[in-house]
Amino acid sequence: MIRRKKTTFPGTERFADAPLDGPLLEVDEVKTQFKTERGLVHAVDGVSFTLERGKTIGIVGESGCGKSVLSRSIMGLLPTNVVRHGSIKFEGHEIGHAKAAEMRPFWGTQMAMVFQDPMTSLNPVMRIGSQITESLRVHFDVTKEYADETAVALLVSVGIPEAERRMQEYPHQLSGGMRQRVMLAIALACGPKLLFADEPTTALDVTVQAQILDLLQQQQRERFMAMVLVTHDLGVVAGRTDDIAVMYAGRVVERAPTRSLFEHTRHPYTEALLKSIPKLAMPSHARLDAIAGRPPDLVKPPSGCKFAARCPYAQPKCLTDEPPLDDPDQPGHSYRCFFPVGSQAGRDALTRNLAAGETATGLPVRKEGEAVLTGVTG
Amino acid sequence: MLESAETQVDAEKIAATVAIEDLGDEVYEKRGLGVLAWIGIGWLVFIIGIALLAPVLPLKNPMIGDYLHPNASVFSPGHILGSDASGRDVLSRVIWGARASLLLAICSVALGTLIGGFLGLLAGFRGRATDSVLSGFTNILLAFPQLVLALTLVSVFAPLRTASNGNAPPAHEWGHRLLVVILAVGIVSVPILARITRASALSWTQREFVMAARAQGAADKRVMFREVLPNVLPAMLSIALLGVAIVLVLEGALAVFGVSIQEPNPSWGNMIFSQLSDLSASPAVWIVPSILIFVTVLALNYLGDVVRSRFDVRESVL
Repeated sequence: MIRRKKTTFPGTERFADAPLDGPLLEVDEVKTQFKTERGLVHAVDGVSFTLERGKTIGIVGESGCGKSVLSRSIMGLLPTNVVRHGSIKFEGHEIGHAKAAEMRPFWGTQMAMVFQDPMTSLNPVMRIGSQITESLRVHFDVTKEYADETAVALLVSVGIPEAERRMQEYPHQLSGGMRQRVMLAIALACGPKLLFADEPTTALDVTVQAQILDLLQQQQRERFMAMVLVTHDLGVVAGRTDDIAVMYAGRVVERAPTRSLFEHTRHPYTEALLKSIPKLAMPSHARLDAIAGRPPDLVKPPSGCKFAARCPYAQPKCLTDEPPLDDPDQPGHSYRCFFPVGSQAGRDALTRNLAAGETATGLPVRKEGEAVLTGVTG
Repeated sequence: MLESAETQVDAEKIAATVAIEDLGDEVYEKRGLGVLAWIGIGWLVFIIGIALLAPVLPLKNPMIGDYLHPNASVFSPGHILGSDASGRDVLSRVIWGARASLLLAICSVALGTLIGGFLGLLAGFRGRATDSVLSGFTNILLAFPQLVLALTLVSVFAPLRTASNGNAPPAHEWGHRLLVVILAVGIVSVPILARITRASALSWTQREFVMAARAQGAADKRVMFREVLPNVLPAMLSIALLGVAIVLVLEGALAVFGVSIQEPNPSWGNMIFSQLSDLSASPAVWIVPSILIFVTVLALNYLGDVVRSRFDVRESVL
């Protein structure tokens, strides 16, 4: 029988009468900034979304767009040089500015995280079994035998053969895929309601990636957890999430139900991400469409649309005005763009840029909105 | 050795690509320690064993001279390793001296490791203000010349006995002196171990599994002792082994200043010192302990290296 340990923080007691309706997670205008020698880095710059119980949201974007910082902001796992704004509500409780000591009762039991690299996120000198039972024994007043039984059951449920024997092994004795399964077992140990998966398959062999993603999805459904799946790969989230938020330079540039995002892509950045995925139908050695340029400096973000410098649709207006995150076409499908993909305004903008040979920011363009790669090719 | 390590890495890579999901144990064969390391361990076990067994071994009293055979040469009957100017048996003195020297070296380094290791772990793990204060403290301690610091501490807490009647000081006094020397040398070794441990703890604290443990709700104390400390231990052990070697030599230096174990009680250091005025009179008296220090220090240094390479304690951490 699991009994809750008494904690000094009153937070955990509140879960007893937590409302079972209403969204699990409400993120409102969250801004996360880091104080550095160069100045304030605007890593997450005004992100809002809600997540219902048992639902999954995908956060997609390239490296440095703030997607990992966003998930760590929600969990409150941030370094000390951080400045936080906005509101994060978990089951109606404000945790947007909670200190680590206040968050500790939430960690593991309410929300947990699967980290990117299973090679570095397991303690090399601790047995697999101890790493799983650790959090059980921290949070619950359970005997060692009970914790061990639970750990074996967890290992079995994440698909690890010979779980009893694995309990006694060290991380270096397991392969990458197995380690990520162990990471998942650790995260699931205390039955969290919200699971963050921070690029859970990026460090894994491609053949294992699908297995791990299926496992994540299966566990999320069986346990009715909400899940935040952070990735740079739209292919990973396609078909596995309810909603997707595409992030660029710390902001959400497009947010929609998964199906709508793929079928009616609106933002040029999302379109560019989709184009950069290799497709089976492509001839071999076909050049992938890379996105020209680099993400903007987050210390001094440009005025106007943050993506303008790399966007084949960019017009003079994009350099001065920042488009709001709005859903004028379909309710629930919001995006930040004046000249959205698939609209007349967007087509006109592209035609103008093609005629001129370059966009308003001077990015050379040719046919079909493909940005010309300058510099190194091949 | 290098080659076998490389082929093993290759084997791991191949295995990782071929059998992605389930690696067999045979891929991770245990590396042997090597013959030299076993010789080193053997020597240390031998010398520590002999030192521990000194009271029950059939030895002459190390402090009472055989006035019939002063300055006996090596292999003379009754004195296998000869005797000193007072006719005291060198073999007996060197074994009883091992007891004092090793006790001093091991205990003082253990003390330094305990205190320095804890301070270093705390500084490296907590960072920020804690680190600044503790690092400042260790830097100040490091700035003192170590020998002078040890000398000062011993002289203040256990002044030299002036009585020179040749009798052994009472047992409790001998123990008191030893305790003071252990404390003094221990304090001297604190900043060195604190620094090493801090550097290692700092790098391990930034590893992702520490963050993962936090994300599962483990409190700081638990993370520090359960996650970081076990990873820092190899570095501490490696330095502690070198530390024991350094203290064995340092004991000799303290003996020169007369603040180590006091005559007529033997220690390796004061045996060497006792003959400094006349090296040729009975060379075994200073040569034997010198050889013992040399071999023991060599064994310790080598073992320290083995620990370091085996646990991949990088030079940058040191």
